[in-house]
Amino acid sequence: MTYEKILFFIFAMSACGGAIGVVLAQRVARMAFWLIISLGSVAGLYFMLHADFVAATQIIIYVGGTLVLLIFGIMLTASGPHVKIQTSPGELVMGAAVGLALLFLIQGTVRSVDWKKAAMVTSGGEFQPGEGQGYNPSGQGNTIRPLGMALLGLRPDKDLGAPEEAGLSSGYLFPFEIVSIHLLVVLVGASYLARAKQRTRPTV
Amino acid sequence: MNFLPIATTIVDYLQDSIGLTNGLAMVLAAVIHGSLLVGIFMGTPVVWIWGERKIAGRIQDRLGPTRVGGRFGWLQSVADGIKLIQKEDLVPPAADSMLYRMAPYMVCVAAFGTMMVLPFGDTWVAVASDIGLYVLVAVLSLEVIGIILAGYSSGSKWSLFGGMREAAQMVSYEIPLALCALIPVTVAGSLNLVEITQLQSGWANNWLIFHDPFVLITFFVYFTVATASCKRAPFDLAEAESELVGGFHTEYSGMRWSFFFMGEYAAMFVVCAVATILFLGGWNSGIAPLDNALLEMKALSADGSFQPMTYLANAIGMGILISKSWALVFVQVWVRWTLPRLRIDQVMITCLKYLIPMSCFLFLGTIVWPLAMYKMTGGEKTSIMAPKADRWAKPVLSAPAEDVETSQLILPNSTPVDEGEVADVDRKFAGGTR
Repeated sequence: MTYEKILFFIFAMSACGGAIGVVLAQRVARMAFWLIISLGSVAGLYFMLHADFVAATQIIIYVGGTLVLLIFGIMLTASGPHVKIQTSPGELVMGAAVGLALLFLIQGTVRSVDWKKAAMVTSGGEFQPGEGQGYNPSGQGNTIRPLGMALLGLRPDKDLGAPEEAGLSSGYLFPFEIVSIHLLVVLVGASYLARAKQRTRPTV
Repeated sequence: MNFLPIATTIVDYLQDSIGLTNGLAMVLAAVIHGSLLVGIFMGTPVVWIWGERKIAGRIQDRLGPTRVGGRFGWLQSVADGIKLIQKEDLVPPAADSMLYRMAPYMVCVAAFGTMMVLPFGDTWVAVASDIGLYVLVAVLSLEVIGIILAGYSSGSKWSLFGGMREAAQMVSYEIPLALCALIPVTVAGSLNLVEITQLQSGWANNWLIFHDPFVLITFFVYFTVATASCKRAPFDLAEAESELVGGFHTEYSGMRWSFFFMGEYAAMFVVCAVATILFLGGWNSGIAPLDNALLEMKALSADGSFQPMTYLANAIGMGILISKSWALVFVQVWVRWTLPRLRIDQVMITCLKYLIPMSCFLFLGTIVWPLAMYKMTGGEKTSIMAPKADRWAKPVLSAPAEDVETSQLILPNSTPVDEGEVADVDRKFAGGTR
């Protein structure tokens, strides 16, 4: 058993354990805590896959952003000190059924892929972890530059070495800009709504 | 076997010289790296809690601690620690006991996690990530969760108020913090903290703070924001003793209480070290001959062998980095005991109405600066302050379109892509879709 496997099992178990904790916990704030454990462990798994950018984004958006918002929501809407959620048996059965169906779906997908072959294809005919372009020779951070290029509309990974007449492939500049404008609109809308509310509210 | 981001030297040493198996060597190396970082993480609060009390005493015209450990009271932090360990570990009956117990650890883990990617020398870094700064900011932003949970789970009104205010303050100040950290990144063209520091070798005018006037102002904005995001005075109303009886940590006592302060002092050190790396040259001394000598000493072990001189050079570099960071921590302490506390609405207005627009403006200015310089000097340089032109990323402006090769267009400051690399990149990213 190599140390990668040990680390993988630690992260995978805490990801699954956190997820189970979310389901079993009764208090909403504790659910948020277990969700932090689960999502953080998934970020750890991304780090193990050398996907630093995805891992850091997972932390900054889901753990640092969404969960803070969630806890804010609990704190601002709570009527008592520790809000509890009581699950009825019917909901439990429904949830379990949906979860099991999803598990079967994922299991079928995972089984239909020939992973050995896929590893051979992505690593260039030989099953080994690839060298990256990063500062560290052990190949981390090799996703950030291609990702940044692609968001700026350049795809060196596709265009370098491709025949001249194929032209340049399009990156993700357009979706990137659309998302930016979308976020700006959301921000303006949110601040507008917040202002309108404040005007009608009586002073405390 | 190149899997975990552990610097290979200790691993190689354990494997080749001592003869451990690969897995055991990796685990041992990880333990060594972790212990070193824990040493820095725990050592900073020990030094600075004593330092803060001493400096506060001097500022207020008294002596500060004098009894424990001789004339200067330098064992005061240790005595405090022993006292705190002995205290009873209380959990209030109204508290959510699990969250109440976990919250201090979360604050500590967030502050400690940032040290994972914080470099102390060219090769003295636990994880040399290509997006080190981004990972650092991401992990540092986790601190707020521990604070909100501490405030919420205590089951006390003071704690809840303190937690809410703290959360609002820290979340708001993350925006200008990230924007200000981005400004030197755009100048350096890299998120890799090691690369950013290597760019600043040579005389002190190579430091990014002197790159252009916008970056110079950015440093001060960054430092203000960093002070606020560490919830230090004058931005510490959320835990003001006279108003909120301590804010989010009202109910805490003993070791759990001290974990918050360990996290706070470690976070202070981290944001100051980041300021040093981004603006003040990191482990470069700012004296070109000295830096060159250190670089030559470091180059001795370029073949991967262990050289005592390289070790010494790295240790000197680390000393320079820590001295600069501690100078900045000293300024934070100085400010705390000099300026009055801001009201919470003033804290928020400072951030949302002044610091965010300022950092946006500085960001734009820093982006436009190289282009303006390029136009004004007739295409000769992109900065007045950078004598070593090859260190800086020049924008490709005047080259005719047909002459621009893809590699130059995308990576102006890197070496031209050769055939092998092209094939490698091609294989790696396109291979899966074929």
